[in-house]
Amino acid sequence: MVRRRKKKSKLADVWKQLKKNKIAVIALFVIVVVVLVAVLSPLLAPYPYDQQDVLHPFAPSSGEHLLGTDRLGRDVLSRLIYGSSQSLQVGTISTGIAAVAGIIVGAIAGYYGGWKDNLIMRLLDIYQSIPMFLLCVTLAAVLGPSLRNAVIAIGIGSVPGFARLMRASILSVREMEYIEAAKSINAGNGRIILKHIIPNAISPLIVAITMGIGSSALAGAGLSFIGLGVQPPIPEWGAMISDARNFMRDHGTLALYPGICVMITVLAFNLLGDGLRDALDPRLKN
Amino acid sequence: MADNLLEIRDLVVEYHTDDAIIHAVNGVNLNVKKGETIGLVGETGAGKTTIARSILRILQTPPAKFCGGNIILNGEDIMNKSEKEMRRIRGNKISMIFQDPMTALNPIEKVGFQIAEAIGLHNKITKSEAERRACDMLEMVGIPMERFGEYPHQFSGGMKQRVVIAMALACNPELLLADEPTTALDVTIQAQVLEMMQSLKENLGTSVILITHDLGVVADICDSVAVIYAGSIVEYGTAEHIFDNPSHPYTVGLFNSLPKLNSTEPRLKPIKGLMPDPTNLPKGCAFCERCPKAADGCAAGAPAVLEIEPGHFVKCLNPGGDD
Amino acid sequence: MSALLEVRNLKKYFKTGGGALHAVDDISFTLDEGKTLGVVGESGCGKTTLGRAILHLLDITSGQVFYEGRDITNPNKSELKAIREKMQIIFQDPFSSLNPRMSVSEAIMEPLLLQGKLSKADIMSEVRVLMDTVGIAERFENSYPHELDGGRRQRIGIARALSLKPKFIVCDEPVSALDVSIQAQIINLMLDLQAERGLAYMFVTHDLSVVKYISDDIMVMYLGQSVEKAPSDELFSNPLHPYTKALLSAIPVPDIHNKTKRIIMQGEITSPINPKPGCRFMARCQHASEECANPQTLFESSPNHFVACCKYKEINKE
Repeated sequence: MVRRRKKKSKLADVWKQLKKNKIAVIALFVIVVVVLVAVLSPLLAPYPYDQQDVLHPFAPSSGEHLLGTDRLGRDVLSRLIYGSSQSLQVGTISTGIAAVAGIIVGAIAGYYGGWKDNLIMRLLDIYQSIPMFLLCVTLAAVLGPSLRNAVIAIGIGSVPGFARLMRASILSVREMEYIEAAKSINAGNGRIILKHIIPNAISPLIVAITMGIGSSALAGAGLSFIGLGVQPPIPEWGAMISDARNFMRDHGTLALYPGICVMITVLAFNLLGDGLRDALDPRLKN
Repeated sequence: MADNLLEIRDLVVEYHTDDAIIHAVNGVNLNVKKGETIGLVGETGAGKTTIARSILRILQTPPAKFCGGNIILNGEDIMNKSEKEMRRIRGNKISMIFQDPMTALNPIEKVGFQIAEAIGLHNKITKSEAERRACDMLEMVGIPMERFGEYPHQFSGGMKQRVVIAMALACNPELLLADEPTTALDVTIQAQVLEMMQSLKENLGTSVILITHDLGVVADICDSVAVIYAGSIVEYGTAEHIFDNPSHPYTVGLFNSLPKLNSTEPRLKPIKGLMPDPTNLPKGCAFCERCPKAADGCAAGAPAVLEIEPGHFVKCLNPGGDD
Repeated sequence: MSALLEVRNLKKYFKTGGGALHAVDDISFTLDEGKTLGVVGESGCGKTTLGRAILHLLDITSGQVFYEGRDITNPNKSELKAIREKMQIIFQDPFSSLNPRMSVSEAIMEPLLLQGKLSKADIMSEVRVLMDTVGIAERFENSYPHELDGGRRQRIGIARALSLKPKFIVCDEPVSALDVSIQAQIINLMLDLQAERGLAYMFVTHDLSVVKYISDDIMVMYLGQSVEKAPSDELFSNPLHPYTKALLSAIPVPDIHNKTKRIIMQGEITSPINPKPGCRFMARCQHASEECANPQTLFESSPNHFVACCKYKEINKE
């Protein structure tokens, strides 16, 4: 069954599997575009996001303003472009905080078991009985409304999900014989966790992180919508929808454009997550 | 050939994956007579299970692909049957026992009901009639019928395998496919199950294809034996032929690899090397590279099947035992 | 001269909801350098737990373990490190005992890296030597376990165990997951290594034909207890305990002419949770009577042949 091994990294392997899934590849492409737009927004946006043209509020699409202007006469397209970086920041940083904290907490609970596991899991139970959005609202209200605090609030709120996933994944890896094999050659706990357990338990986490970015961006938009996230005049998609809601009847497109942006971005992350799950599943390989 | 229950003709099955084609079964011919127990012996990856699953047509396609051949049951080619017709055959005319009894039973259903359900599926009878027959089946495999209402976890491993066998036999199938039925069991439990299968075979007259890697199990209950290597049958004959006069070098090698209870030799005589890569089988004899008797002609082309004594077939240019 | 390894009255109980599970219950044996002790029994008899307990992969409930005459029952951290270099284990399942994300050379070098005695270059050359010793071609050094067959994976497991130059290796069903032709290759390799390096093996298995082949002495375990212990040939030619007899008769022999009459055991296996003090095989034994409900001890029926059955004389009269 064995041929001479072609040197191929794990990453190349995953990419090979992912390539087969057209939808995931499109999703990845969309994400790359959104990221580029966010990074290059000062170059791409035709106007600064806060440049007002009070004489022409609610302008329809035209050559001058491709997607029209809002109630203060600001260019909607420019605000959408700048808004992408806000949404991505909320998504990635909060998910990053949640994932790192969740992985550490979950790894401790899963690997050590016993009373540490019990304590951590019961605390998470209590923690999870508080509705996440309410928690975010409370935190944002206490810390004061700002982008940074929204990110922290969403991050903290998503920790239990990652912790539980990590714990479950570790529990199954911990029972494998190679963990015992590592103990029998004097490997310490740190090495066993870092070298033997986490690399084998991380796959479901990668999927969850990808999807988490999408849902955190959504939660960020939600917080901004109720005024607890990004503060004006900085554009954020949720805040833009919130801004537009008073003028829905006459100028529906003002809410529609940021809505579509949120939808496409979140959808892209979810679809990529789905694709990654399939690509990382060893059972689908041969 | 009226007494053949099942005939397999030139069966070829491949698995198509992204980077390669695995040649799992390469032109297998096999006849199963009524009431006969035939042992299909070979190592991991030899294609034993693929053959059994082909007979039931339960291979996942893709990746598996039938590339030729016929499987004829009672004179009818089942390769041409519709899925609906196959469903009537499975469990009714042909049933299968899998290696692991743990996964073959539904953990949240009483074992008696699981057997009754199998009976009810293929017979138009009342529920109480099916349950009565299920009780009979349990008794037949040596489980007191008081245990009808118990759940799988209340049974030991050997008992579970008996329940699985009872389920498989519930509709009086003409052919039983047993895929390593005792491999997961302890030797003393295996002895019980083999003893039971032996007596069932005598009483019911069911034909059995027993898939195993254990020549000891084969010696116990098989009438004839097919030795399979890299997807083709390399030697076929009655149990006497195979055990008294093993003639394919692979069969000989298998016997030599076994530690013998009554031998005092200091070393075992393993077959050197490994099975050939099933995605890249050699042109000639698949065993050629590992064969102590390989000669010039062996690598050139697939050897023909020789009948070296009546009913004893060997696929080798240079057959014969130890010398 | 003291034995390489001595185990005295070793007990390992697991706490369960229903009470203490007596996985290993009062096992004693000694093992000399270069010798093999076969430990035979069916699933759940505690043979695997015994091996793990001796290597301190599991805590011992009570009893003592001596290595070269030194008590190593309760080692401190540095003692434990030294013990583990002298005592190694080969696992049953070559598919789960190797980390799927470590290449062949990474897996073999791991024990040496952890030991920290050799330089990186020395470790690399040592890995090559080990691969050669166990018969893995150098071209596989960057392969990952899932790309290799069971036999090669088991060779990696053996190379890992050998890398620290141990004197004692627990072999936990090392060939049970392998095909017969590969099984014979691995057994021959293990015999060669034993002859070259004077290794002592504790060979745990349920396969009686393999154990006869490789062992000097054999211990038969039933539900955590040793029911019979004897030199290999003696045990097979003159089994005394009814369980040993049933076990031996149950081996399927690849021979269609000399069929032995099977002893088919009846009854259910007794639960190992809070077992009664008497003979644990009683419920399945055709010779059982009242006296079997008393605790059984090992009698030495002939030199070095021990049996834990109060009726062995009576049973083996005919």
